[in-house]
Amino acid sequence: MAATNAHNVAFVADTQYPDAPPPASEVGVLGWLKENLFSSWGNAALTVLSIAFLAYILPGFIDWAVMKSVWNASSLAECREIIAARHGEGATGACWAVVNERFNQLMYGFYPDELRWRPNIAFLLLVAALAPVLFQTMRPLAYAMAGLLGLQIIAFAYKTYTGAEYAIINPTLIATIAIGVAALVFQHQRGKWFYLTFAYPVIAYFILWGGVFLEPVETSKFGGFLLTMVIGVTGIAASLPIGILLALGRASNLPILKIICTTFIEFIRGVPLITLLFVASTLLNYFMPPGTNFDIVARVLIMVTLFASAYMAEVIRGGLAALPKGQYEAADTLGLTYWQGMRLIILPQALKISIPGIVNTFIGLFKDTTLVVVIGLLDPLGLTNPIRSDSAWNGIIWELYGFIALMFFIFCWGMSRYSQHLEVRLRAGDRR
Amino acid sequence: MSIAAGTPPKETFRIDMLWTDERYRSLFIQAIAMMLLMLGFAWLVSNTINNLSALGKDFDFGFLSEPASYDINQRLIEYNSRDTHARAALVGILNTLLVAFLGCITATFIGVAAGVLRLSKNWLVARLMSVFVEGFRNVPLLLWILLVMAAVTETLPQPRAFRGEETGAFVATNRGIYTPAPVFEDGGWTVVAVFIASIIGIIVFRKWAAMKQAATGEQLPVLWISLGILFVPATLVYFILGMPIRLEYPTLQGFNFQGGIHLRNSLLALWIALSLYTGAFIAEIVRAGILSVSHGQTEAAYALGLRPNRTMNLVILPQALRVIVPPLISQYLNLTKNSSLAIAVGYMDATGTLGGITLNQTGREMECVLLLMAFYLAVSLTISALMNLYNSRVKLVER
Repeated sequence: MAATNAHNVAFVADTQYPDAPPPASEVGVLGWLKENLFSSWGNAALTVLSIAFLAYILPGFIDWAVMKSVWNASSLAECREIIAARHGEGATGACWAVVNERFNQLMYGFYPDELRWRPNIAFLLLVAALAPVLFQTMRPLAYAMAGLLGLQIIAFAYKTYTGAEYAIINPTLIATIAIGVAALVFQHQRGKWFYLTFAYPVIAYFILWGGVFLEPVETSKFGGFLLTMVIGVTGIAASLPIGILLALGRASNLPILKIICTTFIEFIRGVPLITLLFVASTLLNYFMPPGTNFDIVARVLIMVTLFASAYMAEVIRGGLAALPKGQYEAADTLGLTYWQGMRLIILPQALKISIPGIVNTFIGLFKDTTLVVVIGLLDPLGLTNPIRSDSAWNGIIWELYGFIALMFFIFCWGMSRYSQHLEVRLRAGDRR
Repeated sequence: MSIAAGTPPKETFRIDMLWTDERYRSLFIQAIAMMLLMLGFAWLVSNTINNLSALGKDFDFGFLSEPASYDINQRLIEYNSRDTHARAALVGILNTLLVAFLGCITATFIGVAAGVLRLSKNWLVARLMSVFVEGFRNVPLLLWILLVMAAVTETLPQPRAFRGEETGAFVATNRGIYTPAPVFEDGGWTVVAVFIASIIGIIVFRKWAAMKQAATGEQLPVLWISLGILFVPATLVYFILGMPIRLEYPTLQGFNFQGGIHLRNSLLALWIALSLYTGAFIAEIVRAGILSVSHGQTEAAYALGLRPNRTMNLVILPQALRVIVPPLISQYLNLTKNSSLAIAVGYMDATGTLGGITLNQTGREMECVLLLMAFYLAVSLTISALMNLYNSRVKLVER
């Protein structure tokens, strides 16, 4: 009856008024600040504390690491002279020149200079071998190779600028271009690329160790991130299949098999990797027939693989246990044999569930490769000692550790990001 | 259709039934596995025996009772270089347990704080905690230990920098941190005994208060009474006996500080690095645990009229803990095993004594590594037994 008594009402709105804008403290930058940084007294205090912390740490750090850093010098003393000349006496800055000058050593260890194209090509092939596992088409591999090509051109430009000898036409460059072109041409034949993945261990062995028609290189020359990659990649590649078998053994209903697998897994998981490396360095030769003498890197590879497989087995066992019992029964009902059922029904699902755990194991293994320092192998951390015992770089600490930490961070963080992406991609089947 | 009555045709055993017939297959496979395992073991053992006899070595733990003749600067029990290898190993084992114990406590605090703050609504704090967690999780622990060690030795002042200064209770030098040490005089241990008795008293009192609340509904001010029981008797006894515990402050004598407790660089570096590294992992566990309790639980508790802190204590925490505790304990286990990295900074833990100097001095690789593995295995199995006990206690009882 609003219309009928409109005459005795003071005012009736006959149109909708537009909404008043929200108060300035609720939208825009201010609103965001209020919502996210100063929503309560406690929050405001935390924010102020954090800002104070950042203000205390960051300016000094940036000043040291970027503003007053030196990239070109041949010794720590020269670095200090340059900094003193540029910024006055008493100024401190990062001497990244050590990374610049010892870059090759940190990457390849004592691998012979003229043969360093071989680890390069092994690395390129590793990227190519991983691409079919990581991606749906080979196009990202072509992008990756283009990026690496760009890096090499930058390196060439930098070297010629500083007046160093650098042959632009070298095996690494040719291999980069060849793999990139192959990736573009065969980008939709992902299945074919898996042959490379399976052949990779053999190829990499021949490229790195030599033999047949390549000059052999002793493993005592392996070092730096090359050694990290050799141990890490071998451990990762070998531990997955062994881990799957161990997990199946532990989850099986054959009591003796189960006891064997469980004992092995619990034993390996119960002792630190260092003790296993001690076994590699001191005991493994005792276990082999008299006269066999295989080198320390191979022994470390065996122990690291055993170590990683035990952890992998536990992760995969978790995945097997998380599957509903109906899946196992369904496989039996279809009349599949044990291995058919595992291969076609159980493992694809169990492995999918265990991806985060598997990648965590990979990351852990990759970080654990640094422990080989303890038995005297020269991985990047082990190389810091010879570098510092050189009189030119005596006393350098933060720059070396910082660089190594950054490299590990990029690798491990990249892996964990990829696993999160993979989880999302594989969950596509569960989305409705 | 008629079937001939009588005994069914006698089934004859054929050799291929071993791997085609369900009845024999599992036994057959297991027998083969067992045989292969035995053969493998026999091969390894015979190789070892051959190798050892070729080198003229034997397998003998007698070296443990010989004098160790090396010094260990960090020790919890009396030890000097004339003591036996067994004693040295014990010192190392206690050092491992010490750093593991300290590390577990600090890592838990760091982890819980970082995990809760990472879930904070405060954008800046959440980001900072993400940086901390990702930074520590993605860089090798050994690198962190070496970095902290370098930070302690390079940035702190030398002891002689404190000459002529009033140093106070805590001194941080590049040789480590000095803290006051308690000195027990006559009756000092009585105070400690009273304090321990008060703690037992609190436990009994809380049990009694809970029973009383269950029976009558009456709530006692448990917190205040507990605090009273904790401090009042011990303080009274302390003053009645004439203050028998006093603190000994570190003082500079010559080139070094004397007195007080000396936390050496190696212990500090290991402790700090282990705590931060494991703390980052624990932070993720805590975060996942809190996120795992569905929001409906909080709402249900509010609907029942529970206040926020009681909701946290009675509804959220018990459910989150069920998710948090098992991985938390396996992190403790990891921390204990990772403490073997002590060897990189020269902290004499079990790996440094038994697997380090003793092994090198006596050349008994086999025995030393076996003993070392047995020790770590014993610790691991104990901790996982405790974890299983906890798991079975908090397991959801299903139909």
